[in-house]
Amino acid sequence: MSAVGSLPGVEQAIALGLTQDEYELVIESLGGRAPNEVELAMFSLLWSEHCSYKHSKKLLRTLPSSGGRLVLGPGENAGAVDVGGGLAVAFKVESHNHPSAVEPFQGAATGVGGILRDIFAVGAQPIAVLDSLRFGELDSERSRYLLEHAVAGIGHYGNSIGVPTVGGEVYFEGPYEHNCLINAMCVGLIETERLIRSAASGPGNLLVLFGASTGRDGIGGASVLASAELGEGDETKRPSVQIGDPFAEKKLMLCSLDLLERGLLVALQDLGAAGLTSAAAEMASKGGVGVDIDVARVPLREEGMEPFEIMVSESQERMLCVIEPDSLDAVLAVCEHWETAASVIGEVTASGLVRVLDGEQTVGEMPVAALVDDCPLYDLEPQAPTEAIYAAPRRVLDSSGEEDPGETLLALLRSPNIADRLPLFEQYDPVVQSRTVRRPGQSDAAVLALPARGEERPGIAIAIDGNGRRVAADPYRGTIEAVLECAANLACAGAEPLGLTNCLNFGNPEKPHIAWQLTESVRGLADACRAIGVPVVGGNVSLYNEGAEGPIYPTPVIGLVGELPDVRRAGALGFRAEGDRIALVGPFAPEIAGSELARLGGRELPTSLGELDIRRVLAAQGVVRDAVRSGSLASAHDIAEGGLAVALAECCLAGGLGAEVALDDTVKPLRALFGEGGGGFVVSGGEAALRALGGDGVAVRIVGSVSGARLTIWAGEARIELSLERMREAHGALRALFD
Amino acid sequence: MKFGVISFPGSCDDSDALAACSRVGEAVQLWHADHDLAGVDAIVVPGGFSYGDYLRAGAIARFAPIMTEVIEFAHEGGYVMGICNGFQVCCEAGLLPGALLTNISRRFVFRQVRVRVLGEPTAFTSGLTPGAELSIPVKHTTGRYFAPRATLARLHAAGQVVLSYAPGQNPNGSLDDIAGIVNEARNVFGLMPHPEHAVDELTGSTDGLSLFASLAAVAAA
Repeated sequence: MSAVGSLPGVEQAIALGLTQDEYELVIESLGGRAPNEVELAMFSLLWSEHCSYKHSKKLLRTLPSSGGRLVLGPGENAGAVDVGGGLAVAFKVESHNHPSAVEPFQGAATGVGGILRDIFAVGAQPIAVLDSLRFGELDSERSRYLLEHAVAGIGHYGNSIGVPTVGGEVYFEGPYEHNCLINAMCVGLIETERLIRSAASGPGNLLVLFGASTGRDGIGGASVLASAELGEGDETKRPSVQIGDPFAEKKLMLCSLDLLERGLLVALQDLGAAGLTSAAAEMASKGGVGVDIDVARVPLREEGMEPFEIMVSESQERMLCVIEPDSLDAVLAVCEHWETAASVIGEVTASGLVRVLDGEQTVGEMPVAALVDDCPLYDLEPQAPTEAIYAAPRRVLDSSGEEDPGETLLALLRSPNIADRLPLFEQYDPVVQSRTVRRPGQSDAAVLALPARGEERPGIAIAIDGNGRRVAADPYRGTIEAVLECAANLACAGAEPLGLTNCLNFGNPEKPHIAWQLTESVRGLADACRAIGVPVVGGNVSLYNEGAEGPIYPTPVIGLVGELPDVRRAGALGFRAEGDRIALVGPFAPEIAGSELARLGGRELPTSLGELDIRRVLAAQGVVRDAVRSGSLASAHDIAEGGLAVALAECCLAGGLGAEVALDDTVKPLRALFGEGGGGFVVSGGEAALRALGGDGVAVRIVGSVSGARLTIWAGEARIELSLERMREAHGALRALFD
Repeated sequence: MKFGVISFPGSCDDSDALAACSRVGEAVQLWHADHDLAGVDAIVVPGGFSYGDYLRAGAIARFAPIMTEVIEFAHEGGYVMGICNGFQVCCEAGLLPGALLTNISRRFVFRQVRVRVLGEPTAFTSGLTPGAELSIPVKHTTGRYFAPRATLARLHAAGQVVLSYAPGQNPNGSLDDIAGIVNEARNVFGLMPHPEHAVDELTGSTDGLSLFASLAAVAAA
């Protein structure tokens, strides 16, 4: 092939993120020839951490990724599980952390746009978005700025495209101050037999690029932003952040689904990180074929773009499909109906090569296998840290919390990690598409109705969670807790888990203590998935989340999807009726260490979390789930941040009713009230229904009744007595940020 | 009784409106690029972000091919219900007085609000008692109703303010808590709340259904 100008050298390779060894491997993969500018740009992206998972792939292989109701597993744009009635639900969570740290509005918006495309790339109609956010503490102006603009960006994209944002979570902790996390999850619905894969096939078939034109935005995003630590001067990386256009994406989505509906596509792939480079190489690799792409046929929005820029541009709202030549007219007609531009830019070949042409001239030629398979995979070198990685949280509470437990409860309700998320959720549309049976704040999990089957009204429930601070304390148990927490959320809605997706947000894996966090966390994830009996359907890894100030808390964000047979009986978290009895269900063994109260008190992270008896936790989840499904409970809520007292307060506030509760743990009242640890539920209902939950190794303690407009809790000498009004005021603390 | 629901590129709640109308009558989709109203008895201009709403909410949709027929249909007395973005489109098209401005908060707001049915009955509220309160969600960034004082006075005097946010419920800073108005001829109705998202107990409330049912009953009569 012809050389284009002088060849770049190893310095350019290193500037683009490759190591010297990797550069030499590239030369080896090309048969001893140094890569030209186009090739080097493509290799540097596909061999970046973001695209190649070179530090995590070996670990990810240890996760259970088959069995259960899986119909589409890892490796596709999104995984999917069977939900009965010939339908499947596709879902995935993905990060957009570094772009959001640099430009939060567009970073978050295009994070939503990217995950939506992953879902409709498998043919599914996106029906729900959830998000998982982490920022520094709110007394930092930067954190407030990032929060405000990230939330606005998520809303801008999701609201405009007409996909409901049905849930999410957010935490504010010091280690995220300089490296916020923006993870977005999308769930889609599809007839199982219509699922489409991304493998290109059939030499002679055409590659059609459709959607937005290609510009210089987002060039090098995967390597420059996503695969390196953040540092000084990141503002200058703003041109690496893509700009979102939800209107273009909405047309692109409807167009893609219409093309699929008409059976016009052989394969479909979205353009995300590394743009055309990644899409073309992945499609060719999966299909065991080659592709020719002519950059001169790619519609551009800027003049004078170089071939390498066209190949690596991360311009948003674009899809690449493979079609049979006979279908071209029909494909173009569908695209025209949706006012979506489409161009043939190349074809499938039997060469096993990715060839990049610029009109008549060949400007790059690489074996598909070299691009996709030859990237070296690295073994992690994990080593448990010998000293604390994280500084103790900043102390917020003056007292130990014991002197006035009522004030302590108010302080917890006011804490940004516990306060009502409504001021954020109000900026998202949760009801469009008319499926949402439980909106944010109504149940521990979002609940969506599936199409009715005769008299049956089946549905799905979705939860997303991941408490980084507890994972930092104990990566193995903290990750198990996060999975069980999601499963508990589903149980409260009446749903049984079907499949799990995850986004592993960690620091620099080349550092032994981060490698240790990652390894332990994945071990916990694998054990937890096996315990709840669900496959990992796919996910995302985001590494290098650290800067000069140190790493983020290790944050595996877990997204869990489950099914419920009857959405008319979906669970609710708020107390419903005066006189209902209240019970504490499950093997709840709270500890103050690692709790939100410990954080407010400025206490260091513990070096491990209490052991969880997974079998007993799952037994408790089972009885709660069954009781919710049978309609015998008035409310169900799992005990999480802030412990039992906060859980009770949340049930009161959601239902607008008070409660009187007496706890028999009188030795350590603080621990009984505010200690944390998985496995516990607060449920309400008739006494007989509550007593029926016991047995089979499931502990049930009836602790009080729903009554009046105050929450009263006795725990030995300690007594809390607070009006709903005072609790509501404290719980509404985040409102002030958005006034 | 046959409803037509317009789909512009960027409409979001068109399917929801179609489903809501189907509960009380026949409902068909009307495509923005057509010039054909398919013989419908009433038109719903739905919510969403028509053409992306990058210029000004509703400002481009007002020039959509099908709007020629919609405007003519309205001038001939045909029933038109503009919901949220549809209300904005109707104002831009001159079918309704006033304008929708950016919310006081300058933010998107989703909220289940209580709205009151006011004034003389209209085709859209014929099945409801004045003073009745409905629980219906709002979701918009551009929902603050504005009109010059003289126009407002005329609207109030003529009983054209059909829906108002209940005390303390105004989510956007609309003047006089106005949530929905009709034109002078009372056949075009614009409202910011989304009645199509309040037609099923399972998803929140059934209070919005009465607006569609009222229209179906009157239009069929």
